[in-house]
Amino acid sequence: MVRRVLLPILATLAGAPVALAQEGDAERGAVLFRQCNSCHVAEPDGPSRTGPNLYGVLGRTAGALEGVRYSPAIREAGEGGLIWTVETLDGFLQDPRGYIPGSRMSFRGLPDLQDRMDVIAYLTGDAPVVHSSELGRLSPEIFTIEGDVEYGEYLSSECVACHSASGSDEGIPVITGLEPEAFILALHDYRDGHREHQVMTTVTARLTDEEIASLAAYFAELEE
Amino acid sequence: MINRRTFLGTTAALAGTLAAPAVLGQARPRAVVIGGGAGGATAARYIANDSDGMIDVTLIEPTRHYYTCFFSNLYLGGFRTIESLGHSYGTLAADYGINVVHDWATGIDRDARTVALAGGGSVPYDRLIVSPGIDFKEGAVPGWSTAAQNAMPHAYKAGSQTELLRAQLENMREGGTFAMVAPPNPYRCPPGPYERVSMVAHYLSQNNPTARILILDPKESFSKQALFEDGWARHYPGMIERIGPDFGGGNVEVRPESMEVVVDGQVEAVDVCNVIPAMQAGSILQDAALTESDWATVMPATMQSVMDENIHVLGDSARQGAMPKSGFAANSQAKVAAMAVRHALTDSRLFPARFSNTCWSLITTDDGIKVGATYQAGEDRIEAVDTFVSQLGESDEVRAETYRESLGWYDSITSDMFG
Ligand SMILES: Cc1cc2nc3c(=O)[nH]c(=O)nc-3n(C[C@H](O)[C@H](O)[C@H](O)COP(=O)(O)OP(=O)(O)OC[C@H]3O[C@@H](n4cnc5c(N)ncnc54)[C@H](O)[C@@H]3O)c2cc1C
Repeated sequence: MVRRVLLPILATLAGAPVALAQEGDAERGAVLFRQCNSCHVAEPDGPSRTGPNLYGVLGRTAGALEGVRYSPAIREAGEGGLIWTVETLDGFLQDPRGYIPGSRMSFRGLPDLQDRMDVIAYLTGDAPVVHSSELGRLSPEIFTIEGDVEYGEYLSSECVACHSASGSDEGIPVITGLEPEAFILALHDYRDGHREHQVMTTVTARLTDEEIASLAAYFAELEE
Repeated sequence: MINRRTFLGTTAALAGTLAAPAVLGQARPRAVVIGGGAGGATAARYIANDSDGMIDVTLIEPTRHYYTCFFSNLYLGGFRTIESLGHSYGTLAADYGINVVHDWATGIDRDARTVALAGGGSVPYDRLIVSPGIDFKEGAVPGWSTAAQNAMPHAYKAGSQTELLRAQLENMREGGTFAMVAPPNPYRCPPGPYERVSMVAHYLSQNNPTARILILDPKESFSKQALFEDGWARHYPGMIERIGPDFGGGNVEVRPESMEVVVDGQVEAVDVCNVIPAMQAGSILQDAALTESDWATVMPATMQSVMDENIHVLGDSARQGAMPKSGFAANSQAKVAAMAVRHALTDSRLFPARFSNTCWSLITTDDGIKVGATYQAGEDRIEAVDTFVSQLGESDEVRAETYRESLGWYDSITSDMFG
């Protein structure tokens, strides 16, 4: 996988927030990730070891993966609304225990910005990049709406006319296997005009927040 | 959550057992589907899959291989093989437990609730779904009848007709004329004739560049007209001429024996003539008195016939309101009907009807355009909610992306139909 991802992050230079575009090199990130391998894998359907499987971590709520023994600190952070994005992961990787006091992760951190961006690019894989600033557009309650899975299944029949249920992404991206948060964000972004696509803009225009939550809940179940 | 694969395996096994008459509980309600195309195959698959084996599903379809009309123009243009358009019913039978009957339905007894088969016998139903596509109106184009379809193919039902038209195109003399008699509204696939012209022009510009294309059109205007005409001017300058109704495009007679067309009294010799006559609902619906002036009117929330609440009509044959007659639309309507049938037969939940449609067309290599909309059930017809269409002057990258999307759509919709 040769993938270079442009990861714009907000850095604070001389007190003023400055948009800083930093390129992450996924291949270099894969090598750096070996330091994490004793506790984490990052593979589709991979197991969680001491720490969670990090495949698709971008867009995931902190402490939310099933079957992982998280520290109470991480769980609480998640319940408080922490979602892993380029920016939050960057902060965490720089200084894990400073970022989340009480985290069990015994890793000193990656002081070098380029190293962090490379690891994040590796973890992002082919998934859409998720930024805090984007999540911030939506109020946190949006992510807590309980979806009606059966309704979501019915609504999803509109999606699968174009998005392959079998996972071929020729011409049209695969939407199964996205983290619910990333899924919800994407649909809101189309609906609210932060992302442009003629079909998606039209299809999402009539979706309510509850319907988006129902779709996300259905697609999330489909994966399990 | 139930894993789909495992679940489907169970259904198939279950259906296998139940097929033995001794075990067959009469209690299982029966849904019968006539026509295994975009509407019918989708409806059968959704009912079978979502009813967890509670509904007995029979699909009646005469052909063993369904050739999609969608992308058949791309075959004419050399972008697809004919094989890539063919789909079989094996998965619907094996993995979904659908009883696939390869036969023609010859009649519907609405009182007895049975469907008669050409091969003899009849199939009883509790709910019937009819999605037979279109039939041509005999006499719509003077001089043409289905008896003349080898001399002047319609290629508007895909398969051997499409192959015939392609062969005629390949054998056309150098500098010859390819004529198309375009249909009046309403007809299946509004952009279809014009995508076909684009694909024929693509083929000719590479293989027979001095040939010309003549469109005889009874309509004032047509779908995505500005986009097509812009594309033709850019890619095939001088090759395509369209004669609209003002200049006699609506007053056309054809002479298949002498390969001539008569436009407003003027006789012209042509080399290939693609006649796409006016259309009407599939004859099975006409015969069962489910149509009024050519089409079968349906209720928008469930796609039930206004004449018979036990019968749902889908796709091209239905008069439903604002949706075009497209494969995408038939597939979308099928999901609403499947939900309504399950609700009627097993009391599953009923959700508000939602429909959508996108029609992609290819003008030349990597120059794709699209038009689409979302729809909802209005009082007595389906209404558009939001619409979109490709723009003039889009970048090459956007057009190539639009074409790639259509490839993804083709794969997805055909697996949505046939599993
Ligand atoms: C050239 C062309 C290009 C097109 N391109 C597109 C496109 O790009 N996108 C798009 O969305 N749509 C496209 N369409 C339109 C699309 O093919 C139709 O709208 C769609 O197939 C309609 O679905 P349906 O279920 O109503 O009928 P069909 O798909 O035609 O299915 C009807 C089925 O019923 C069967 N049948 C008929 N009578 C009986 C009977 N008495 N008993 C048993 N079975 C019967 C037939 O054998 C057939 O298999 C195109 C059409 C054409 C001609």
